[in-house]
Parts: sequence; structure tokens; C-alpha cells
Amino acid sequence: MRSRKGSSTERAAGTGAPATGARAAPRARRRLPRLDGLRGRLIITVVVVALISAVTATGLAYRESREAVLKRAQNAAVDDFRSLVEGRAAEFDVPTDPRSMARFATDISSGLHGSLVVARYRDYTASSDPSADRTRITPELRAAVRTHTRVSLQRVEYGGKPWLALGAPVGLEAPAGRGSPGQPSGVEIFAAVSLAEEERDTAELVRSVQGGLVPVVLLAAVLALLAARTVLRPVRKLARATRRLATGELSIRVEEKGHDELAELAHTFNETAGALEHSVGELREQEALARRFVADVSHELRTPLAAMTIVSSVLEEDADQLTPDTAHAARTVSAETAKLARLVDDLIEISRFDARAVALTVHELDMAEAVRATLAARGWTDQVVADLPPGIRARLDRRRLDVIVANLVGNALRHGAPPVTVTVRAADDRLTVSVADHGPGLAPEVARHVFDRFYKADSARSRSEGSGLGMAIALENARLHGGTIELAPPAPDTGAVFTLRIPRRTESAS
Amino acid sequence: MPHVLLIEDDMSVRDGMELVLRRRGHEVDAVASGEAGLELLSRPCEGGIEIAVVDLMLPGIDGFEVCRRIRGRGQLPIIMLTSRGDDRDVVSGLEAGADDYVVKPITGQVLEARIRAALRRAGPVTRTDSDDFAGLVIDRAGLTVTKRGTPVPLPPTELRLLMELSAAPRRVFSREQLLELVWEHDFLGDSRLVDAAVGRLRAKLEDVPAKPRYIQTVRGFGYRFGPL
Repeated sequence: MRSRKGSSTERAAGTGAPATGARAAPRARRRLPRLDGLRGRLIITVVVVALISAVTATGLAYRESREAVLKRAQNAAVDDFRSLVEGRAAEFDVPTDPRSMARFATDISSGLHGSLVVARYRDYTASSDPSADRTRITPELRAAVRTHTRVSLQRVEYGGKPWLALGAPVGLEAPAGRGSPGQPSGVEIFAAVSLAEEERDTAELVRSVQGGLVPVVLLAAVLALLAARTVLRPVRKLARATRRLATGELSIRVEEKGHDELAELAHTFNETAGALEHSVGELREQEALARRFVADVSHELRTPLAAMTIVSSVLEEDADQLTPDTAHAARTVSAETAKLARLVDDLIEISRFDARAVALTVHELDMAEAVRATLAARGWTDQVVADLPPGIRARLDRRRLDVIVANLVGNALRHGAPPVTVTVRAADDRLTVSVADHGPGLAPEVARHVFDRFYKADSARSRSEGSGLGMAIALENARLHGGTIELAPPAPDTGAVFTLRIPRRTESAS
Repeated sequence: MPHVLLIEDDMSVRDGMELVLRRRGHEVDAVASGEAGLELLSRPCEGGIEIAVVDLMLPGIDGFEVCRRIRGRGQLPIIMLTSRGDDRDVVSGLEAGADDYVVKPITGQVLEARIRAALRRAGPVTRTDSDDFAGLVIDRAGLTVTKRGTPVPLPPTELRLLMELSAAPRRVFSREQLLELVWEHDFLGDSRLVDAAVGRLRAKLEDVPAKPRYIQTVRGFGYRFGPL
């Protein structure tokens, strides 16, 4: 039996592969992070969540700050525009002429750092830069200027860049002071102010936020790894403990640390393992008791059987001088006693195998000679065709070989049909002894159970000569030598063929 | 007829064996313990006992000890009766000096055959001359063995084994051949008997039992006497 530690607790995962390397070796690959594993899933989830929140936060912040920056620029532009327009409006006569309109536009343009300024009066249009594209002044803005007295504005995209289009009606005078245009003069003035600089500033902001995104994601991955470890380490320990439990190491327990669900799981595992160990222990004890009972009963039967055997041999010797009925009774008692004695012998033998209390006594022997002796000892020489090449030598336990061969041949003679053949062959370091009969062979149902203890193929034959343990004992003897006994699959024109395969050299140890 | 000492603690077995042996013409002294058996042997008037059949499991001193004590005082043939065929018990019994062993249960015929074979071993051997093998003198007529002038007392089985081996020096005997020649087992016997007897003989004859000169093992075949 494998030695077991009193109350072994799983070692920390950091110690690498468990001590029982052979069993754990195929599991080594699980030390690599797998994307479909729990750890991989956890990391991916955490990284994705971190990415989404970072991107969302960045997006929101970008939108807000961009809005704020543009608003400020816009306000400044509107203020500049208004004060310029109001300042220049005083020098402006209505009705006007194209030249003064152009000057007016140019003046305002220079006040607005060279932005495009367009002045309109009825059908006249004057521009600070006549070659410039005036589509930035949209019809909507123009409509707005026509209906409002104050500065109208519109943000437009032009050439991929943001622009602020401003427009206002020019009043004749401002009696109510600044901000309250006077009588409309019919002149409208428009300006397109570039917001590219502000856009650049906000883009810079986005870039710096983007630069910060990578460390955030990395940090999230690291945190996810740490979290996965704290969760997965106990899970992995539990998995390993479960595997060892499954291989029969029933004393295995895991550490119960903390008060979380994992600790609860570990506790449940320990309870389960404890209960399992307890019931398996009980079962083993019961099995050992049952085996000892069989052995004890068998031994106890020996002594009365010894008395019965020797006395019944007297009865049998004198049977000829008894009345026919008494003689029959005497012979029956004698025969049944012999049968009982054999059954008890077999029981003792099998309980010795069960208790692993059997040892081989190995001698070098000649296979042909050994098989011939087995046949001769049982008076089977004339009933069996023996194919025994000379010169095949082996190191085996002679008595156990005799038991195997006697059982195979005895079964063939009893249940099969003649001719029964015994064939010995040797190849390299292995021997085969085949016993074949020419009966109908074994039904599949019988073949499946032929090595079972007390298995009787035919219930009508349940009182046959054999104890029902012969084949089981033969198989145990073969196994003791590191060999097997196999029943060949059914084939036409042949009966049952049992083949003993056994190493040529067996060590003396049991 | 041969006088048998039967030591067996179970009354039914003892009675049955006594019955069988008496019917075959033996004089039987049946006792229930080793102590009683040894006492019987030490009584001068009971000196006619020719063979002992000893059960292994006995109350008080067990069969092994009985065997050793009988060997200690003489060459009486001993058949050991074992209630179980455990190798350990059988080998211990043989090493204690038993000439043969039988596993219970046993029929009257087999017991009788074993007793006769054991007694025959104690009888005269066919050849009647004396050989000197480098200081080991085997007197086949007087049934004595001396080594460099010192007598070596041997129980009948060992003496018979030595006689058979030395009758044909250098010839290799298989265990089965020796079993037939010495123990007269014409059925599939047990080579443990041969190995145990060879072991005891070596202990008495060889200068260094671990490196035997007289009885040599031929690995894979059996034993032979010499070459010296």
C-alpha cells in the first residue's frame, strides 16, 4: 500500500510542480496563461472595462473642454467683431458706395487679424479679400442677420478646419450706447474667423490623454492578474487536491484561509475528503474482516477435515466388505470429504493471494519436463497431446506452474472435447503455454466470467469436481509471475484455447 | 512391525491416524503434546520407536522444537504434519531437521506410503563398500560417515542423499531425480525437500557451507557430488 502522510496540506503554488511529478507532468502546460482559461477571461474583461471607461472619460472630457475652448474663442471673436463694427459704423454713410464698403471691410478685417470680412448692401458685396471663397457665409447666417439686430454666429467646417462665421447688421448710430444698435442701415457685415488654433489646442489635449491610456490599460492588466491570482491560486490548489483525492490519496486536505466563498469551498472539500476517507476506511476494514473470516474459517475447517479424510479412507478401504448400501454411503462420504478438502485448500490459497501473503520459490527448470510431470502426476499423459520442444528453460516457481497447467488441462478435459493439446513455445524473454480442446468453445457470456471466483458456466454442473476457484487461482499464479492467462477469441474448428504468457525469468521476490 | 510415535493435539485426527496405522500393522504411541512425546522417547523401555510423526502446531513446545530436540539426541526419522502448506512453515520444519512433511488433510494410503519411504531410507543401501573422498569417508556397509576421522552423525534422509550423490561422483542429479531416489515420491513432489536436506548436509560436511566442495549446485540443473 502506498504510504500516506498523516494530514498533508497542499503546499503553496509557488513551489512549482508537485512532488508527485509523474502524475502532474501532463498538467504542466496549464502553468502558461491560457486565454480561454479563467485567468485569461478575467484579464480580458478587466482590460476591456478599463479601456471602455478610459475612452468614455476621455471622450467626455474632450467634448467638454473643446466646447469650453471654442466658446471662449467664440466670445472673444464676437466681442472684437461687435466693437469693431460699432466703432467703424460711425464713419459710415448710408446709402453707401462700393469703395467705402470695401474700405470698411478691410478695416474690420485688419482688426480681426486678417480674417475674411464681407460687407453687403443691397446688391453690393465688398470683401476684404475678393479672391477668397465666400461660402463660409451660409444662407442661414444671412437669414439670421436679416432677422436679428445683434451679432449672429455659426460654426462651420471649411477645408477640414473649424471656422466661426459672424454676421451683424450695421446700425447708423447708437444713441442707447454700446450693445444697442440704432437704426438699421441696410448694410450687413460678415466675418469668417479661423478656430484652427483652438482646435489644435484641444487636439493636443486628446493626444496627451491618449498617451495616458496605455499605462492605464497596462495597470488594469496587472491589477487583473493580481486579482486572478488571489482567486485562482486557491482554486488551483483545490483542483490539485481533488486530483490527488481521486488517485486514492484520501488524507489530502487544503488550507482554509479567510472567510470568503473560496474558504467555504475549501472547507466543504475538506469535509468531503474526511467523509470519504472515513467511509473508505470502514469499507477496507470490513473487507479485511471478511477476508480474515474466510481465511479463519478455512483454517478451522482443516482440522475436522483432516480427521474426516483419514477416517473416511478407512471406510473406503473396507467398502468391499460392507453391504451395498453401506458401501455406497462410505464411498460417498469419502468422495465428498475429498471434494471439501480441495475446496478448503483452494479457499486458503485464494485468501493467501488476497492477503498478498504469497511468495515465489523460483528454480531453473526445463519446461517440457515440468509440463510432462504435471500430466503424469495426474494420469493425463494418455489423454493429452503434448507439443513440448526440448531445451526450453525458464526460471519459475515450479509448484505454481504446475497449478496453472493442471487447471488449464483439467478444465479442457472436463468441459471441452478431445483431443486436448498442450503447446509450449518460447520467444526471446517470454514463454507461452497454450491448452486447446476441440469442444464447442466458450459462449461469450461464459468467456467473460471464466476467471471469476465460483463461476460455474452451467448451473446444472454446479456440483462438478472443481471448486470453482481453479481458474481464479491459476490467473493469480500467472500474475504473481508477471504473466497473464488469455482466452483466445472464438474461431471456427477450434474449441477453447487458453494461453499462459509468462516471462522466462522471474525474480524470487513475491 | 514399525513402531510409530504420533504427536497430534487434535483428538479426532489422532484417533483417526492411530486407527489407520494400527490397521496397517503398526504399533502406535499417540500423544497429544510435544512434551509427552519427548518423554516417551527418553524412556528406555520405549526405545523401540522407529519413526515419529509430529504435528507442527502443538500446545506447549511446537513441532519445530520437538523436531530439533529429537535431532539433538538421535537419528530417528521424522515426518512433519502441517496443518497448512505455508512455505514458511514447511521450510522451517524441514530446516529443523524433518525428513519429510505432509500437508493435512491426508489419506491413510499416503501417510502409510510416506512412513514406509522414510523407514526404507533408514535401511541398508545396495552398495556395500567404502569410499574416501579427500578425508570424507563414507562407509556404505556400516552406514557411517567420518570426516578426517571424526564421525558425522546423519539422519537417514541425509545419509541416503549423500550415498546416492556420492555413488556417482560428478554426475548431475536433478531435484526431481533425487526426490524419487531418496524420498521415493513417485508423484510430483516438492523440491523444497531436496534443497532443505542439501542445506543440512552442507552444514555438517562442508568446511565453508557457503562455498561447498562436496555437494555442488549446478545452476539450472540440480546437484552433483564433486569434483573435489
